[in-house]
Amino acid sequence: MRYLPKSDAEREALLAELGLASMDELFASIPEPFRLKRPLHVPGPLSEKEIIDYFRARAAENAAGYTSFLGAGVYNHLRSVAADALLQRGEFLTSYTPYQAEISQGTLQAIFEFQTLMCQLTGQEVANASMYDGSTATAEAALMAVRISGRKRLVVSRALHPEYRQVLTTYAAHMDLPIAEAPFDARSGQTDLDALRGTLDQATAAVILQSPNFLGVLEAVPRAGEITRGSGALLVTAVAEALSLGAVRAPAEADIVAMETQSLGLPPSFGGPFAGVIATREKYVRNMPGRLAGQTTDAQGRRGFVLTLATREQHIRREKATSNICTNEALCALAVTMHLALLGKEGLREMAAQNLAKARYALGELEKLSGVRRAFSGPFFNEMAVEFPVSVRMINQHLLREKIIGPLPLGPYYPEQTKRGLLCVTETHSRGEIDRLVAATARALAALGRESREAMPAEAKR
Amino acid sequence: MAQPMSKATRHVSINEGLLFEQSAPGKRGMELPPLDVPPVDAGAALGPEFARRAVEHFPEVSEIEVIRHFTRLSTWNYAIDLGMYPLGSCTMKYNPRVNEFVARLEGLATEHPLQPIELSQGCLRILRALEGVLEEVTGMDAVTLQPCAGAQGEYAGIAIIRAYLADRGNPRKKVLVPDSAHGTNPATAATAGYEVVNIRSDANGRIDLAHLAEYATEDVAALMVTNPNTVGIFEQDIARAAEILHGRGALLYMDGANMNALAGITRPGDFGVDVMHMNLHKTFSTPHGGGGPGAGPVAVKKHFEPFLPFPVLVEKDGALAWDSHRPKSIGRLRAFCGNFGVLVRALAYALAYGPGMVEATRDAVLNANYIRKKLEDVYDLPYRQPSMHEVVFSDARQKKNGVNTVDIAKRLIDYGFHPYTTAFPLIVPGALMIEPTESESRRELDLFVEAMRSIAVEAAETPELVKTAPHSTRVGRLDEVGAARKPVLRWTPPQ
Repeated sequence: MRYLPKSDAEREALLAELGLASMDELFASIPEPFRLKRPLHVPGPLSEKEIIDYFRARAAENAAGYTSFLGAGVYNHLRSVAADALLQRGEFLTSYTPYQAEISQGTLQAIFEFQTLMCQLTGQEVANASMYDGSTATAEAALMAVRISGRKRLVVSRALHPEYRQVLTTYAAHMDLPIAEAPFDARSGQTDLDALRGTLDQATAAVILQSPNFLGVLEAVPRAGEITRGSGALLVTAVAEALSLGAVRAPAEADIVAMETQSLGLPPSFGGPFAGVIATREKYVRNMPGRLAGQTTDAQGRRGFVLTLATREQHIRREKATSNICTNEALCALAVTMHLALLGKEGLREMAAQNLAKARYALGELEKLSGVRRAFSGPFFNEMAVEFPVSVRMINQHLLREKIIGPLPLGPYYPEQTKRGLLCVTETHSRGEIDRLVAATARALAALGRESREAMPAEAKR
Repeated sequence: MAQPMSKATRHVSINEGLLFEQSAPGKRGMELPPLDVPPVDAGAALGPEFARRAVEHFPEVSEIEVIRHFTRLSTWNYAIDLGMYPLGSCTMKYNPRVNEFVARLEGLATEHPLQPIELSQGCLRILRALEGVLEEVTGMDAVTLQPCAGAQGEYAGIAIIRAYLADRGNPRKKVLVPDSAHGTNPATAATAGYEVVNIRSDANGRIDLAHLAEYATEDVAALMVTNPNTVGIFEQDIARAAEILHGRGALLYMDGANMNALAGITRPGDFGVDVMHMNLHKTFSTPHGGGGPGAGPVAVKKHFEPFLPFPVLVEKDGALAWDSHRPKSIGRLRAFCGNFGVLVRALAYALAYGPGMVEATRDAVLNANYIRKKLEDVYDLPYRQPSMHEVVFSDARQKKNGVNTVDIAKRLIDYGFHPYTTAFPLIVPGALMIEPTESESRRELDLFVEAMRSIAVEAAETPELVKTAPHSTRVGRLDEVGAARKPVLRWTPPQ
């Protein structure tokens, strides 16, 4: 086997050193009845060529060749091949969590840089590195707010990503944390702050909303923060489309930011691995879960970095830890650091501005079609809920025939919104692709109009 | 006098400041294609309340600077690709490069988790194939691939147990955790709403059955046991422990962090385990990447299947689909469908070995026992039961000269090795926890043995040399107390 660096003769020699006659004797401590007496029934062994062929065949069964306008928490953005080449250096790829600081300075300094970048983007004072993803970061942020406030009730915006809400529900259930929902305004698509104020009470630990929210609309974070703190609770702001922070004001007024960094240099990869991050105010750092790198010096005064404030963590505090998280998404955080280093201040601003422009161009073209309009009036970044005269599902069936993956139907998430779909347009979409989406949508609407006319009873057709 | 070293020679390490310290206005490392639609002004599009001009102090550096920056940083790291990385309980084995290649394929890395299911069959078939492999290796009936890491797998597993017990009328109050367990076990049980009760190990480092029988009361939901345990010893009485628990209506949870000692040899499903997780970044070779990403699939017996987190992969009319309508499910663990890219790598590993996975298991156990044999005359071996994939010594002998496990570990760095795991498990004071994995050649093992023996001599003859190690690294031992007392957690621009 090519991964095993021993010849049979070397194995024999090692066994002889141990005074053993066979490999089986190594396992003498496993009671006989529990030993597997047959080979595993698993596919393989495969050579490298066969492994590549297998996965290429699977890749061909997916959506290769389609143009997608999906977002909803996973975004396609341009990435430099330089970042991926760096990421595959074995010294980053095949190292462990940097507990041994003297031979992990590369990873530790990069983590420190990641934390700094996250603080700059979010307008917060400290950031960890890292959480599993945006959804679990949001749940952990809520638990953190519970620890800080000493209260238990959570108020969650209905415009928070539905899957984030489900994850929060899972984590809250085991802590007996009641969850209340705050509605969004039907016109603006923003969380209804007056209604929010009405849901707050002295038991409320946190208000959790997302900006841009699941409907693509930016939330009024400063006002939400004021209202929330007015009742003694903490504002948790989730950010699922982190690139927006290149054009949109940082959620500096949030007490805790729970961010998904996928859109900053990670491929969609069918939903993971991504990297979540929690950023917050300095005074809350000891209540924050996850790894932190800190700057320090050695005996000769040389600058170095170490994992710090570990007394929050499970390997020290066991059942009293702030979280059970151990392995996180360090390599993904490193990929984000590399991507942001390449993109830089101007690249980030430009990429975000291109998203603003492309999304507005697409919306303008779509709204030229009869009965098509944006569903909400609140400010948006690169994603918008679009209302159609017919069900989104039916339009999508037509679009798929033209190799376009159209807007995400909102019906399954918000039953009252079957004719609305979530459309995401980024810098990766060319004007030609957007025009093709609009033309295909026009054809779909025309065909669906014909079909519905033909389905009408004869006397109604007159 | 320092001992001669076969493995390592010192070489130049290049200094490199922080990214932010190299920034200068106007530099950039990535250019975008020109905008092909009318530009919009951010201020006008978003309004003054929402628009942001720029991110203050964000770095501005060129592509070559970024390449050098991270390449230089990378040379400050030790890695499996450089040599043996014997961290006990971490299973630092070779991470095959083909796994990286296939995870990046167009059609896999490019796929969106919410795209139509009929256009996702390739991804789903990969997931189904991996579920099948894990079911067979563990001898369990069903697998969820959702958990992002071992700790989240533990969380899912304990939540499943809680939901199952609640469904039968009483979720119970306590979870038993041996004193030899990983810190994640008690932290997980607490996160899942249980009171943690620590139970002690016996004189052989194994579960104390008498103690277990005494503690397994009517309000105990489960015992969380690692097998082989953290001392590297197979829990021979595990089936008996399962009987005791089951007799009291409690369940057996197995932490499968050490599956690398068992794959193809014995199956948890065959020795009484109800629910367990595995760490694919350990046994199934997906890279640790400096601390993740990982994946922590959970395997369960049939009667726990209704409680698995959703979505669950199901077959419908000859095609695969997600089922999210699971009334008894513990709920969703994370957005979307698990760390897919990690799962791809794990399947690539499994396919490379096939049934030959057992050879890796054998070599891993062989290597650990070889190291034990070659070092047991110079380092104290507190538990003398047969070792599986790892061996745990203590620093008892070296301590007499004031040298502890951390000192020995730091000195190992000078010899060109990553340290073993220090000071864990907690039941071995001054532990040296060594897990070589199957990925080490005889030559690398012998170099390691030579280094460890040499350090034992140094500890006796020149203890100061060991206590002040490492001597060859860019930085010496860092002031961790100072770092925690006055935390500096981000770069700030000079005033």
